[in-house]
Amino acid sequence: MSLNLVWPDFLVERDENRCIQCEVCAKQCANEVHRLDKDTGLMVSDETKCVDCHRCVAMCPTRALKIRVNDLEFKPNANWSGDLIKEIYKQADSGAVLQSGMGNPKPYPVYWDRMVINASQVTNPSIDPLREPMETGVILGRKPPKLEFDKNGRLLTKMPPQIKLDVPIMFSAMSFGSISGNAHEALARAATALGTLYNTGEGGLAREMYKYGPNTIVQVASGRFGVHPEYLNAGAMLEIKIGQGAKPGLGGHLPGAKVGDAVSKARMIPKGSDALSPAPHHDIYSIEDLRQLIYSLKEATDYLKPVSVKIAAVHNSAAIASGIARAGADIIAIDGFRGGTGSAPTRTRDNVGIPVELALASVDQRLREEGIRNEVSLVAAGGIRCSMDVVKAIALGADACYIGTAALVAMGCHLCQTCYTGKCNWGIATQREDLEKRLNPDIAAQRLINMVTGWKHEIDETLGGMGINAIESLKGNRLMLRGVGLNEKELEVLGIKYAGE
Amino acid sequence: MKKIYADERWCLGCGLCKVYCRTSHSKTKDIIKAHKLEDPKPVERLHIETGDVMNFALQCRHCDDPKCVQGCITGAMQKDPVTGVVTNEAERCVGCWTCVLVCPFGAIVRDEGKKKIAAKCDLCAQTGEPECVKHCPNNALIYEDRGDGK
Amino acid sequence: MRYVIIGNSAAAVGCIEGIRKNDKNGLITVISDEKHHVYSRPLISYYLAGKVSPKNMAYRKSDFYEKNGVEAVLGKKAVSIDPARKCVTMDDAGCVSYDKLLIATGSSPFVPPTGGLGGQSNVFTFLKYDDALGIERLINRDSRVIIVGAGLIGLKAAEGLAPVSGSVHVVELAPRVLPTILDGESAAIVQEHIEKNGVVFHLSATVERVIGDKKVEKAVLKDGTELPCDILVMAVGVRPNTAEAKAAGVSVNRGILIDDKMRTNVEDIYAAGDVTEGTDAITGEKKIMALWPNAYAQGYAAGTHMSGGKDGFAGAFPMNAIGFFGLSIITAGVQAGEGIETLSKYNDETGALKRFFIKDDRLMGMILIGDVDRAGIYTYIISEKIPLSGLEKKLTDDGFGLMAFGYEKMKERISS
Repeated sequence: MSLNLVWPDFLVERDENRCIQCEVCAKQCANEVHRLDKDTGLMVSDETKCVDCHRCVAMCPTRALKIRVNDLEFKPNANWSGDLIKEIYKQADSGAVLQSGMGNPKPYPVYWDRMVINASQVTNPSIDPLREPMETGVILGRKPPKLEFDKNGRLLTKMPPQIKLDVPIMFSAMSFGSISGNAHEALARAATALGTLYNTGEGGLAREMYKYGPNTIVQVASGRFGVHPEYLNAGAMLEIKIGQGAKPGLGGHLPGAKVGDAVSKARMIPKGSDALSPAPHHDIYSIEDLRQLIYSLKEATDYLKPVSVKIAAVHNSAAIASGIARAGADIIAIDGFRGGTGSAPTRTRDNVGIPVELALASVDQRLREEGIRNEVSLVAAGGIRCSMDVVKAIALGADACYIGTAALVAMGCHLCQTCYTGKCNWGIATQREDLEKRLNPDIAAQRLINMVTGWKHEIDETLGGMGINAIESLKGNRLMLRGVGLNEKELEVLGIKYAGE
Repeated sequence: MKKIYADERWCLGCGLCKVYCRTSHSKTKDIIKAHKLEDPKPVERLHIETGDVMNFALQCRHCDDPKCVQGCITGAMQKDPVTGVVTNEAERCVGCWTCVLVCPFGAIVRDEGKKKIAAKCDLCAQTGEPECVKHCPNNALIYEDRGDGK
Repeated sequence: MRYVIIGNSAAAVGCIEGIRKNDKNGLITVISDEKHHVYSRPLISYYLAGKVSPKNMAYRKSDFYEKNGVEAVLGKKAVSIDPARKCVTMDDAGCVSYDKLLIATGSSPFVPPTGGLGGQSNVFTFLKYDDALGIERLINRDSRVIIVGAGLIGLKAAEGLAPVSGSVHVVELAPRVLPTILDGESAAIVQEHIEKNGVVFHLSATVERVIGDKKVEKAVLKDGTELPCDILVMAVGVRPNTAEAKAAGVSVNRGILIDDKMRTNVEDIYAAGDVTEGTDAITGEKKIMALWPNAYAQGYAAGTHMSGGKDGFAGAFPMNAIGFFGLSIITAGVQAGEGIETLSKYNDETGALKRFFIKDDRLMGMILIGDVDRAGIYTYIISEKIPLSGLEKKLTDDGFGLMAFGYEKMKERISS
């Protein structure tokens, strides 16, 4: 047996003056970090198992616990960080691909935080959202280049299918299997209450969830899990998943341990088998093939529902998006490299893909230049963290945003990034019945509704501050943004001026 | 009358209800002092049943025809004719455990601290807001009148 | 409506409370030969040990009679009952007439004939408050106490007297303590625990004769052992006080015979408590089940029926909750019999014993020593005759509780 070189990531600090040995921490940690020592009568913690999910911290009735990062100090080295060293030790032990959950945590620039928003002063006065109506609703779908009316003013042009959202925010695709049934239930209920949509992700749809159909986006991913005609017709919108921001170029991966009865049924795969979605759709090898799939889905749903195509933000996003619009998609969702995942190879998550801010701006710009911007609605995804990211995304050209990580955080996620173990202590990224019950959909749905409502009011305030009263007036309105700490090239790609200009 | 009902779908068996029950029935009402300083240590008045997946907390059901009241040898167990709450008068209780013997829910907790006393849920009569219900982190305890005449 | 109750203990209180639920106005008269406000008999040993104050001896608060509109005739004896004229004759020749009568006269300790025993001032039985007060006047730190009988009453007396006396010796005819409710193994555990607290046992023994004229000075056992004595307590057994009932034509076996509505064979005469002979709900046998909770429940049922109510008596079977020097014991039902199998669990660490007696897939009885938590759930299984094969756990399993009933039944129970 060789020496274990992998040191604990975290340390558990317990204030013995506050600890009442109630054992709630021990009972609530799925990683079995805490236990009561019978001999001393005190709680002890095995920090090697701690993932910093904060379940024990939140549950402790006397706030006796704190989790600290174990910053074992190496000789200062600007090139070799402790994390890199540890990752090599792990691979030397296992010979395996490093796995991670959630989105890219590396210190690449966050462009949302380098853009600031305009406000009205003197001319074009602000609007008070408490006195004037604010239109935060958006309508997603292909818009015809012009509208024709008869002599009585009735519309002659046949409209492609449209979906109205009450807020420009939808819940991003998170598969049943990567997250629990209770999490899906909460997202579906919240979407219904908020007048928006949630996305099934590539895990299929359980029958019991069909009742939320009018607020559901059903996804067709490369593994085609759970795809059958009833499924396609159950939702309000369809989405073809070409790629995902967290792992561009790869397919999905759900470990067999997370495939129980319900997941097996929804995905139509044997229980306990690993659910591996292939990297490409094996029937899409050209843009014409994508067009064929888009129209197959429209045929299967009688052209009643818009079809969205989701791509990861990569180098040629603008050209790719142009092709997708011409292939007949009604909506294009662009998922940046900060997008979350239940499980991805760490190196892919941290190194592949580009920021959604840049992709979005370049796609919007290209489509406008080609005169086809009206043919698709654009949805930005991948690291939308707060209401101002939504405002900035819309100003860069998005019609709406998807939120994934933010929704999970609202439900209790603490971003410990160990979703792939299936031992989520918050009942979110798990299929274990005993852990799933920790997420009570009554409570979780209300938290989602509260968060999105709060964001909506912040958007109202910000719009009013800019002197506009409708999201439509903000869409693609790059003049409302200014850059700070950006170089010429970044300003150019984003299509915004520098603050002070 | 309003009673505490468990929702076994959401109970995690975490035990926070017990912690707050003890604190509510302590002298200092301070959670740390109640558990570390007070002697005798306050005792919780409920049981938690745990299974592989399912759990629930069980308090006194404040029965219409309480067997504990009928069986009590000292008359310490009483049902309030107005509120319906069944309480145990600690000063008169001698810890004979006849109530333990007859309660079909096994709801009585034996407090063997200094003096033997039968401890039972009193619906936090002093504040009128049961602490266990208030602090359950997952909505697994509900305090309501189910209007069944009970 | 005139209700008369002969007796002033658990059954009488049950009857009063049962009547008042239906009839707020009828006159209630309680007659008792004891002078005290209704008190809790089982507490007399606690009183002697200093664990209960005189104030807390009361079974109901001091305004109980007043609040319930009860005329309490205390310190007087009812000597005869005339069912034809419907009146009760008192020892002062007064006559109390009734519309409905409850006989709740309880039982009295019997003293077996013993050589030399008669009239000594330091001999006591152990049932009434006055017995305890009498002992209290006599006892001191050097007193050598002898108790005859290691049943429930004898051992409670031993527990109460041990801390306030010099020595306590208990003499018992049977080869084990608590012979009617424990088996050999469990009795041995209890005996050892009580012995650790200074009590000395003489089992399979009797007191053949006593020596002493005005006071008993020595007790002589059948095997010749001589025990010096300052206080002698006779706790051999009790007999129901049925004389007046029998004389009035009420059917009496060993106790007064009653139906499930507490009625005797004589119209408008009811009986409840230790004086009655009821039916054991488990075995179907007729037996006297002299237990405090039983007496209250019977009294309550009697009061209900006397005042026109309908709720029956749920039926009784023997059950006891008792403790000695900190060791808790709970027993119920039958411990022996044909076709009975035993299921036991002994905890080596704590010395606790759980023993269940099973026949035909039903729980017939139990003995719990030390670990008595939530015993009422087992009592429920006995009284409801729940099939054990339908339970999802074994009775002896740790954490046995309502979940063992299966989801549907458990949900029904916790939602009640």
